[in-house]
Amino acid sequence: MTTTTLTDGAAAANQDTKIRIRGLSKVFQTKSGSFTALDDINLDIPVGCFFMIVGPSGCGKTTLLRILAGLEEHSSGSLEIASPAANRPGNSMVFQGDSLFPWMTVWENAAYGLTMRGLPKSEIKNVVGHYLSRTGLSRFHDYYPHQLSGGMRQRVSIARAFANDPDILLMDEPFSALDEQNKVLLQEELLRIWEETRKTVMFITHSVDEAVTLGDRIMIMTAHPGRSKVMVDVPFERPRRVLELRARPEYGELVYNIWGHLREEVQRARSQDEGRAS
Amino acid sequence: MTNAAQDANLKTRSFAPRRRSWSRESVERAMNIVSPVALLLIWELCARAGWIDVRFFPAPSKVFQVMYNLIQNGQLEKHVWASLQRLWWGILFGGIPALALGVAMGMYRTLRVIVEPVIMATYPIPKSAILPLILLIFGLGEASKIVMVATGVFYPILINAMAGVLEINKIYFDVGRNFGASRWQVFRTVALPGAMPLIMTGIKLGVGLGLVLIAIAEMVGAKSGLGYMIWNAWEILSVETMYVGLISIAVLGLVFTLLLNELERVIVPWKSSR
Repeated sequence: MTTTTLTDGAAAANQDTKIRIRGLSKVFQTKSGSFTALDDINLDIPVGCFFMIVGPSGCGKTTLLRILAGLEEHSSGSLEIASPAANRPGNSMVFQGDSLFPWMTVWENAAYGLTMRGLPKSEIKNVVGHYLSRTGLSRFHDYYPHQLSGGMRQRVSIARAFANDPDILLMDEPFSALDEQNKVLLQEELLRIWEETRKTVMFITHSVDEAVTLGDRIMIMTAHPGRSKVMVDVPFERPRRVLELRARPEYGELVYNIWGHLREEVQRARSQDEGRAS
Repeated sequence: MTNAAQDANLKTRSFAPRRRSWSRESVERAMNIVSPVALLLIWELCARAGWIDVRFFPAPSKVFQVMYNLIQNGQLEKHVWASLQRLWWGILFGGIPALALGVAMGMYRTLRVIVEPVIMATYPIPKSAILPLILLIFGLGEASKIVMVATGVFYPILINAMAGVLEINKIYFDVGRNFGASRWQVFRTVALPGAMPLIMTGIKLGVGLGLVLIAIAEMVGAKSGLGYMIWNAWEILSVETMYVGLISIAVLGLVFTLLLNELERVIVPWKSSR
C-alpha cells in the first residue's frame, strides 16, 4: 500500500514538522521470498533539524533515505513532507561513494541541479561560484573528477547538493570512504556551510562520532529488519567546532551512551551475517 | 656461491647507467618507417631482377608512376571523392539512428527486450551478402551504395552504444533523477556521455566496415569510386591501377583512424587527459 502525500496537508497543521513518517515499511520481493528492509518507522523531523541515523550495516538506513529522495517506493505506511517553497527542489542527495559525473568538470558537476532546472546563466554562475569557493574548489573548477582526490570529489558532491538549494538535504554516508583527517576537515566544512542556511538535513552514518559531532537528534536503528530503536537528543550548542567538541567530557559520555545502544545491534547484525554464511 | 663471488658479481653490476643517444621511443618510431620502406625496396629489387611475376606484383616505382598519372589527370581525385561522399552519407544515415536507438535501448528495458532479438538475428548476416537485395530495392544509383555503408555502420554503433549505456554505473542515473533531470536531460547528460567511450569504439569499427563495404558496393554497378576503379583495372588488366586503388583505400583508412582518434580526444577528454 502506497500512500505518499507530498502535499502540505497534514504536515501544514504542525508548521514545525518538515518530515512526518508513520508506520513506514519497505519489503523487497526477491527470488528467495520477501525481505523486510524497514519495519514500522515513525519519525517527526522538525524544520531545520540536523537529523542523524545510525545503525549497523544492512539495517536499511540507505533504503529509508532513498525512499525520502523518491528513488524508491515504500511498501506501506505514510510519508509526508511539507512542500517546499515555490520553485525550490524538494531534496538533494549527497550519495555514498563516487557519484560525480566523470564526463563533467567540477563546475559542471556542481551546477548540475541548477542547469537541469534551467536557471539563468548569471544565477548559476553566482550560486555555483559561491559554493565552490566555500568548499575551496574554485581553483579546480575546470578539473575532471578523476584528477581530484577522494576528499575533493566529496566536496564537489556537497557543493552540488547545496548549490541546488533544496528544501531538505539527504546525505548517505558521504564521508565513509575518507581517511580520518579528511573526514574531520569535511565535517567542519559541512557544518560551516550548513550554518549559512540551516536546512533540514537527514544524514546517515555508521559512525557514532560523526552522529554526535554533526547532529541535533540521532535515531539509532536495529539490525535487520530496520526499526527505530532509540532516539537521542544532542544537547551541544551551535555553531560547533569539531575538535573542541570532541575534547569535551560530555561528548565522550554521549558517544559511550550511544555505543551502549548500538553494540547489541552490531552484534546481532554480525550473527545474522554469520548465520547466512554458514 | 661464495661471498667473494657475490661481491664480484655486485661489482660488475654496479656500473653507471648507460647513456642512450637514442630514446627507445624514437628507435621504435624509426623502425615503423624503416620496415615498410625496406619491404618496398626488396619488392622493387625482386621485380627488376625478374624474381617475381610483375604481371601480379608490378614494381612499386611503376605503381607510383601510374598513381602520379592518375593524380595528374584528375581520375584519382574523382574516384576518391565519389567514395568519400558515399561513405559520409552512409555513416550519417546509418550512424545517427544507430546512436539514438542504441542509447535508448540501453536506457529502456522494454525497448531493449523488443528490439534486441531483431538486431541479434540480423547482425550475423554478412553485409556483402545483402548487396543484391539492396541493388534490387535501391537500384544502381547512389542510394544503394549509401545504404550499403549505412548497414555496415549501423550495427557496431548500435551494439556499442547499448552496451555503453548498460555499463554506466546506476548511481549516475540516480543522480539525474534526484536532481530533477527530465528523460531527455538524462539521455543528454548521463546516458550519451557515459556511453561515449564505447560509442567511439563503435564508430571506429563502423567506419572500418563502411570502407570495406563501399569498395564491394562500387565493384557492382558503379561508374565511379575506388571500388569501381579497382574492378575496372581488373577488366582492362591494368594491375598498377589496381594497386593504386588499394593504396588509396589503405590511406583513407589510416586517415580516418587518425581523425577519429583526434575526435575521441576532443569528445571524451575525461578518459585521456590527466
